[in-house]
Amino acid sequence: MSLVQIETKALTGRKYWRSLNELSGTPAFREWMVNEFPGGAELLDGASRRNVLKLMAASFGLAGLAACRRPEGKIVPLSRGVEDLIPGKSYYYNTVFTQGGSAVGLTVEAHDGRPTKIEGNRNHPQSLGASNGYAQASVLNIYDPDRSAEVLKGGQVSSWAEWDQFASQKFTAGSLGRGAGLRIVSESVVSPSLSEVRKSLLAKYPEAKWVEYEPFSNENAIAGTRLVFGQPLQAHYHYDKADVVLSLDADFLGIDSGSPLSTKKFSKKRRSAKPEDEINRLYVVESQFSVTGAMADHRIRSKASDIDSFASALARELGILSELNVLGSADKVQKILMALVRDLKKNAGKSVVIAGPRQSARVHALALMINQALGNIGTTVTFTQPLASPEAKAFADLVGELNAGSVDTLVVLGSNPVFTAPVSLKFSDALKRAKTVVHLGAEKDETAVLSSWHLPLASYLESWGDARSVDGTVSIQQPLILPLNNGRSALELTAQIAGYKDQKGYEIVRNYWTSQWPAAEQEARFRKALHDGVLAGTAFAEVKVSADPKRVALPAATAKSTQVEVVFVPSWSVYDGRYTNNAWLQEAPDPMTKLVWDNAALISKATADKLKVVDGQILKITVGGQSLEIAAMVQPGQADDSITIAAGFGRKQIGRVGQGTGFNAFEIRVSGDAIQFASDVSNTGKTYQLVTTQEFHSMTEPKLMDAIEPKTRPIVREATVEEYRHHPDFAPHMVHAPDDSIYGWFDYSEGNQWGMTIDLNSCIGCNACIIACQSENNVPVIGKEEVSYGRSMHWIRLDRYYTGDAEDPQAVIQPLSCQQCEAAPCESVCPVAATTHTPEGLNDMTYNRCVGTRYCANNCPYKVRRFNFLNYHKEMVDIEKMVSNPNVSVRMRGVMEKCTYCVQRIQEAKIKAKVEGRRGELLKDGDITTACQQVCAADAIVFGNINDPESRVSQEKKQPRNYALLAEVNTRPRTTYLAKLRNPNPELVEHHG
Amino acid sequence: MADFALNPEMVDKVTPRLVKGNSTYKSVTDDVSRIVETKTPREWWIAFSLSVAVALMMVGMLAYLVAFGIGTWGNNSPVGWAWDITNFVWWIGIGHAGTLISAILFLFRQKWRTSINRAAEAMTLFAVAAAAQYPLFHTGRPWRAIYWLFPVPNTDLNMWQNYRSPLEWDVFAVSTYGTVSLLFWYVGLIPDLATLRDRASGVRAYIYGIFSLGWRGAARHWRHYEMAYMILAGLSTPLVLSVHTIVSFDFAVSILPGWHTTIFPPYFVAGAIFSGFAMVITLMTVARWALKLEHLITIKHLENMCKVILATGMIVGYAYGTEFFIAWYSGNPYELFTFVNRAFGPYWWAYWSMISCNVLVPQIFWFKKCRTSVPIMFIASIFINIGMWFERFVIIATSLHRDYLPGSWGYFKPTMVDICTFIGTMGLFMTLFLLFIRFLPVIAISEVKGVLAQEDQVAKHGHGAHH
Repeated sequence: MSLVQIETKALTGRKYWRSLNELSGTPAFREWMVNEFPGGAELLDGASRRNVLKLMAASFGLAGLAACRRPEGKIVPLSRGVEDLIPGKSYYYNTVFTQGGSAVGLTVEAHDGRPTKIEGNRNHPQSLGASNGYAQASVLNIYDPDRSAEVLKGGQVSSWAEWDQFASQKFTAGSLGRGAGLRIVSESVVSPSLSEVRKSLLAKYPEAKWVEYEPFSNENAIAGTRLVFGQPLQAHYHYDKADVVLSLDADFLGIDSGSPLSTKKFSKKRRSAKPEDEINRLYVVESQFSVTGAMADHRIRSKASDIDSFASALARELGILSELNVLGSADKVQKILMALVRDLKKNAGKSVVIAGPRQSARVHALALMINQALGNIGTTVTFTQPLASPEAKAFADLVGELNAGSVDTLVVLGSNPVFTAPVSLKFSDALKRAKTVVHLGAEKDETAVLSSWHLPLASYLESWGDARSVDGTVSIQQPLILPLNNGRSALELTAQIAGYKDQKGYEIVRNYWTSQWPAAEQEARFRKALHDGVLAGTAFAEVKVSADPKRVALPAATAKSTQVEVVFVPSWSVYDGRYTNNAWLQEAPDPMTKLVWDNAALISKATADKLKVVDGQILKITVGGQSLEIAAMVQPGQADDSITIAAGFGRKQIGRVGQGTGFNAFEIRVSGDAIQFASDVSNTGKTYQLVTTQEFHSMTEPKLMDAIEPKTRPIVREATVEEYRHHPDFAPHMVHAPDDSIYGWFDYSEGNQWGMTIDLNSCIGCNACIIACQSENNVPVIGKEEVSYGRSMHWIRLDRYYTGDAEDPQAVIQPLSCQQCEAAPCESVCPVAATTHTPEGLNDMTYNRCVGTRYCANNCPYKVRRFNFLNYHKEMVDIEKMVSNPNVSVRMRGVMEKCTYCVQRIQEAKIKAKVEGRRGELLKDGDITTACQQVCAADAIVFGNINDPESRVSQEKKQPRNYALLAEVNTRPRTTYLAKLRNPNPELVEHHG
Repeated sequence: MADFALNPEMVDKVTPRLVKGNSTYKSVTDDVSRIVETKTPREWWIAFSLSVAVALMMVGMLAYLVAFGIGTWGNNSPVGWAWDITNFVWWIGIGHAGTLISAILFLFRQKWRTSINRAAEAMTLFAVAAAAQYPLFHTGRPWRAIYWLFPVPNTDLNMWQNYRSPLEWDVFAVSTYGTVSLLFWYVGLIPDLATLRDRASGVRAYIYGIFSLGWRGAARHWRHYEMAYMILAGLSTPLVLSVHTIVSFDFAVSILPGWHTTIFPPYFVAGAIFSGFAMVITLMTVARWALKLEHLITIKHLENMCKVILATGMIVGYAYGTEFFIAWYSGNPYELFTFVNRAFGPYWWAYWSMISCNVLVPQIFWFKKCRTSVPIMFIASIFINIGMWFERFVIIATSLHRDYLPGSWGYFKPTMVDICTFIGTMGLFMTLFLLFIRFLPVIAISEVKGVLAQEDQVAKHGHGAHH
């Protein structure tokens, strides 16, 4: 094992792919592969993949219903054949994904016993079939060769047997007494079974304490409800019933939303089927440019610490606060505020005011009071009991106890507090004062190396459990594979500590639920819960509350600060650091900055000028005596004197993928607050290479063009709702498309004809489609250096354009994948006819025939073709290959690739239709869903048969705002766009002559 | 009767003699054959080993490329073609002067071509050889492209090539050009090979004997020879125009702004002749000095070539202007942007290098002093070679790096492999050229004698005009 460790250390992030190759060939690696499957080591002949599959398949020996997994047991080898397991056919199981205290139901696709693709569960109220990037990418985590694979005792390789022996002495022989010295730290507990086990544990050790800790929590939101309603509550915002939405620093469409539901609901009200339709209006006040801000009709750029005054001013204008609150902002803000007040009043009962998790309890309380005053409570804003409420104070108390030396045993379940804890607490020093520290984690992370015992954690795809989503709905977490690294779940470890007789996750979960049901129904109900992915009737009842805003005792507003603020946000890529070793997420460009493999200190142009810093120069930011050197990046739309840093990067104890990526924001997150003030910010003069997939291009051409003829390229076509009503066909009429051919067009009127629409008005640019496509189509990861050369391989890219003022622009996002042109420029120029057209209108790639002249990519006006400049797949180690979709060829070096409209799914659906006796009939909506369409929470992507007039895609294409991008080049693309609409407040529209 | 006897100096004032000095048939044969027959000079060995070393570097770079992939170059998305196709077009362009001199000037009875046509044709062949590396090795899978691009039966592809693709046209255009140029050059060599055979002994005589195909200088031989030469000249002439026309189709047939333009065929051909003559001057000014052939390759030859450079340079400059005009006049905003971006975008330096070298530098040839000064024309020719390389780079890379959708824009930077491969092709070119001057007559002996005979007659006629 030490051999592997030495090599792992020697590898840096940059050399990621080559290094894996070097590693995969070593004897140490093979040995380690065997160690990964200790339970079945005797079955393994080396690291032969077939044997691995055999072992896994054996665990499916009893698999009965396709969507219902039974507990594991090794009975029948795959070679003997297993009923219901058809080679090459995929299986789907429902399960649930938990992150940061929110749970989303999933349907996971498995091939030959390996989970390969994540989809949202249609039955789950927080998913409704959609999912997010984190959930999509989580499947890669279980095949991560750097994932923790063995029990470590004091850093030395140990075994579960040794641990079990230790645990039986420690936890059963009563050495802990009443548990006064026992402390457990976990992430938010949203699992009813785990809560139950926790209860038993605390009954056994009444003096023990269980602390839930999240670096990014909704604590302030819950404190806000306590201030207003006198009780902790979970607010639910019904954007689908709101005509006006005001976000006070809430990126509710993006990182602040734990589930796709808010996007689902918001986009419902944003959708426009015909010009007369009303759509909602979104006001956003925020410091960093978020995807929610990009959707805004009016966005106010404000320091995050000033949003309190904005909220107060708004409350005063609405007659909630009497105190005089000087907004002291520019006239523009005052003007928007007054218009906003009138708009909210007009839409009383049909509006939502939401405060973001970074804002104080006071701002949350103000937002709730405004909702109350507008009559939104009970209509667009409802409440249920809160699910879990990790409290920063409880964690701080724990550190106090550790420092006092009163903690004998500290158990850390599944989180990495050494990395994420506020620096002022000096948690890593405090940790050392406990006699025994037990860490259950997926990685040998910062906490693991300081622990006396490190135990490998089984992923949610490998272990039994359950989880409640924020609305209370319970889903059973159903594994799809045996723990690859022989890990255990938090549930199982807790049960062990609590002294459960049966410590198997399956038994605990099943017993917990079935014991609540009549004996006769137990089996059927449990099976149904597994099948549906949700447990019917478990949603929380609505808590009806009301408050008199006048009687709420608000804490005093904090004085405005002139200091530079630092705002800590979870990263789009790595969240709080748990995905730092996930290459898919690392390579997905940040939706707004387009930064890959790194984070940066985002600052406005004015702030950059003040600090005399340019992109890529390293700033030294000092907060509360702690300082961090981090590369600066100028972000249009960023508030002045405000620095935003995404957390989770810069981890030191990390696998090869995450090695050397980004800067650790937690180093200066002195307290648990998300907004802090920097005592000093200075330019060190050092530089760092930041890599983005896109520069700050706007659609307006460079200044020098203005001299000749100012032109805005008709790429993302946008109008206000008002303009749309007057000119419904503004979008297609922005250019003149010749639509003419000297040869005549091919006749596509027969059979299935595939087409797609992308509604730019719904798309929020969340990246989920990029990762879903990557997972479905085996799109390779290439690493930071290759991306810096401009060789990004994603089949969908999200083009981000700014419009308007350079300091305070609006942004639009346009997903772009192969447009499947009927008159495809790529096809005629290929000398070996490797890209050709099907009668169903698909622009096919024949990988085997491609010699890689790259002429097709040069001639593609959309530049959506991707070339394998190097062998991006060859270096994958065996375990990583297991994530691949067997229905999609893995492309070799020197070959061109691109979006296929998920042709494998089209073929599968056609075969299925044939089997069902629908031969010759047109395929209908629902037969085929492309990966990007399936994951899209905003339902912006619609794919289907354009020869079927009833299909959704045909309907969408009939909308007057439907347009073909670059129609003037006469490519006749099958993917068309629905123009973006904005709904500005008529009071704020400046009429140009 | 007055004595109308003209001395040669007086004739030079009217029509300068094409061969200077007191050359006779024997002295021409001796002067040219001497180069091949003397002991290999040390200077040649030094130059040759240097060239071979550089050529081997190219082999190494290509091996590295095939082993690891196109990613070892700087190409990316959107710049799918960069130095690879730039270098290809540059080399093919250089190859143009040879065939032009030997075929078109032959058909136009331009006698001054005789001293330079052999070397220019050789240069053509070697330039095509250097260029030919790129169409193959720029592909992602050259081990497939090497035969999949040709319409030969194979069991892998089991289908015809796509004859709509300009790249397929390229395959035919370049291979035809290479074949005909080789034949033309070889046929022209036959009488001179026989001369060398007759003067040589031993193995050398044997080898020259094989390649001179039994030439005895009989009238019948000469008759066949002249006919074959004329036919090949006739065949080569359209090829001079067609090769670069078809190479330009790679771009003109695409829909990329900056590529999609009908001016390309004549513009490319003019540019090719321009760069080809520049390369001939670069090589000949050095060769005539090193091989002591100043009396055969005279200032008049060089001056004529400078005039061709001036003319084609202005055609090229006119084409640059027309492109800009049409970009504006067409009303196509993408096209206009591409050209403004060329001049003032991130690659402005490449554009202005091109303009300076290709448009401004040749203007010095308006002055006879510059046209007849060997050092000046040598330096100017180097600039033109650089300028023509930048022209191809500007067309290829700057058009690709920013096209329709700003979201896809990028920037290309060459890697060391790009640079070393290009330098390596120069090594290949020089290696072949050095072998040529060592083993073959650099000047067409038999043709020069034809010009010499005429001059003698002019002189004799002058002296003997007593009747």
